[in-house]
Amino acid sequence: MNVTALLDTLLAFSESKLGPLWGPATYELVTSAVFIVLIVAPLMLCVAYLTLWERKLIGWMQIRIGPNRVGPLGLLQPIADGVKLLFKEVILPTNANKALYILAPMLGIMPALAAWAVVPFAPEVVLADINAGLLYVIALTSFGVYGVIIAGWASNSKYAFLGAMRSAAQMVSYELGMGFALVVVLMVSGSLNLSDIVNAQGRGLFASKGLHFLSWNWLPLAPMLLVYFISGVAETNRAPFDVVEGESEIVAGHMIEYSGMTFALFFLAEYANMILISTLTAVMFFGGWQAPIDSALFNLLPPFGWLLAKVFVIVSLFLWIRATFPRYRYDQIMRLGWKIFIPLTLVWIVFVGAWMQTPWNIWK
Amino acid sequence: MFETAVFYAFAAILLVAGACVVTARNPVHAAMFLVLAFFTASGIWLLLRAEFLAIALLLVYVGAVMVLFLFVVMMLDINIERLREGFWKNLPLAVVVGGIMMAEMAAVLAGRYFGVAPRPLARAADYSNTKELGRLIYTDYAYAFEIAAAILLVAIVAAIALTLRGRKDSRRQDPAAQVRVRRSERVRLVSMPADKE
Repeated sequence: MNVTALLDTLLAFSESKLGPLWGPATYELVTSAVFIVLIVAPLMLCVAYLTLWERKLIGWMQIRIGPNRVGPLGLLQPIADGVKLLFKEVILPTNANKALYILAPMLGIMPALAAWAVVPFAPEVVLADINAGLLYVIALTSFGVYGVIIAGWASNSKYAFLGAMRSAAQMVSYELGMGFALVVVLMVSGSLNLSDIVNAQGRGLFASKGLHFLSWNWLPLAPMLLVYFISGVAETNRAPFDVVEGESEIVAGHMIEYSGMTFALFFLAEYANMILISTLTAVMFFGGWQAPIDSALFNLLPPFGWLLAKVFVIVSLFLWIRATFPRYRYDQIMRLGWKIFIPLTLVWIVFVGAWMQTPWNIWK
Repeated sequence: MFETAVFYAFAAILLVAGACVVTARNPVHAAMFLVLAFFTASGIWLLLRAEFLAIALLLVYVGAVMVLFLFVVMMLDINIERLREGFWKNLPLAVVVGGIMMAEMAAVLAGRYFGVAPRPLARAADYSNTKELGRLIYTDYAYAFEIAAAILLVAIVAAIALTLRGRKDSRRQDPAAQVRVRRSERVRLVSMPADKE
């Protein structure tokens, strides 16, 4: 590949200029920074246009038009929103804890971006191909809650604090179900590396006949897909699990005192998390970059295109859910997380474990 | 060389964060410094090529334990003046306990440090820390692992048993009954003749 050759030349160049000691280190830092920009910049663009797509889609579902004033078909709306937020004043509430108040939005967006390091976009195309990738992803998605609870506490506001408390309880509850669902994926794939998990889904009885989509994890692990996706909706505080923001009860929860870019960071984090959960669902249950059927027609779309298409469908599902369901009551949220998802996943772990010991094991 | 520089940077941050945990006046700040300490400790473990333990530390302590910790600390109405009252009275005991702990850690670590001090080997790229650890836990150390699991389970049950106080007069919802409800039980359609004038 051309990219590898280019990288090798760069490494040799930096070694010749900076010596064998600092040359490779500098090379690592510079190339990593470039790759990070290459991932984060398109991601931010996706986030911006996801907000527009959300307003458009929900508009259509409610027989409205949605934004259509700024630019052709309203396509410049996210740019206008971004510019507006950039120029707004960042207000600091009286008696707010200044350091933590500023730190909170950063804590919110940091894990939403850092988790992308291990996501495989196509065969061999991944920033950090580490062995413990799945573990890394679970750990990082569980940090998102810090931004919310620190924001709620540091704002010195009752509504914000209520939102923070709700969020802490909700996120801890759903992390367990989410983690157990991924344990089942780990069991059948035999690896924590996300690329290996995708590759493992390309093998099996149906895949050898060219019908890859029947070999993906969604079919044998359908209950886990459901648990993972619903927990993902809850983790990102999206409707119908949005008691954290709860516009009609606590106004905007943890974000109530924030304005301008600090507010925008929370929004960016929420949407980046949504895209992240969708991508992980595609990688873990829908075969990542693989084409559904191994034929010349389906292979016309490159692997990255297939991943993009899957993520688009799953993200749209998030929006569809928001347009469809009313908000859950708090006790219903807790009941679903603790009394339904956790027992279900625990039973499924034992069931799949027993299945793998029988002669009908399909994951050999 | 590069790794050594990173190690010293992490170690310095870890020590400062650890000191701030006990000196910070605000309990929420102290909890956040503890989070920072966990992060840097996990960074040091990563340098030792223990990626499973490092990420598990973050997942368990930063992702779950500290969130609940913050939850509690934020809810408490802590009077800092009252907390500092017993500082000098408790100091001698604290110094003794801390000294014993440090001596124990030194006894464990120093022997290896002044002896052979085996550095972790650079392994092949496909070497999986997680797989190795799992194999050891479920074969050589199976009993110790099971006993630890049983102790944790007992602790969970005990914690719930201690805090569970059933109130006789509390009203609660029966989700099964809520789901069974049909429209005909709740809504009555009344046909009213329109008023004509």
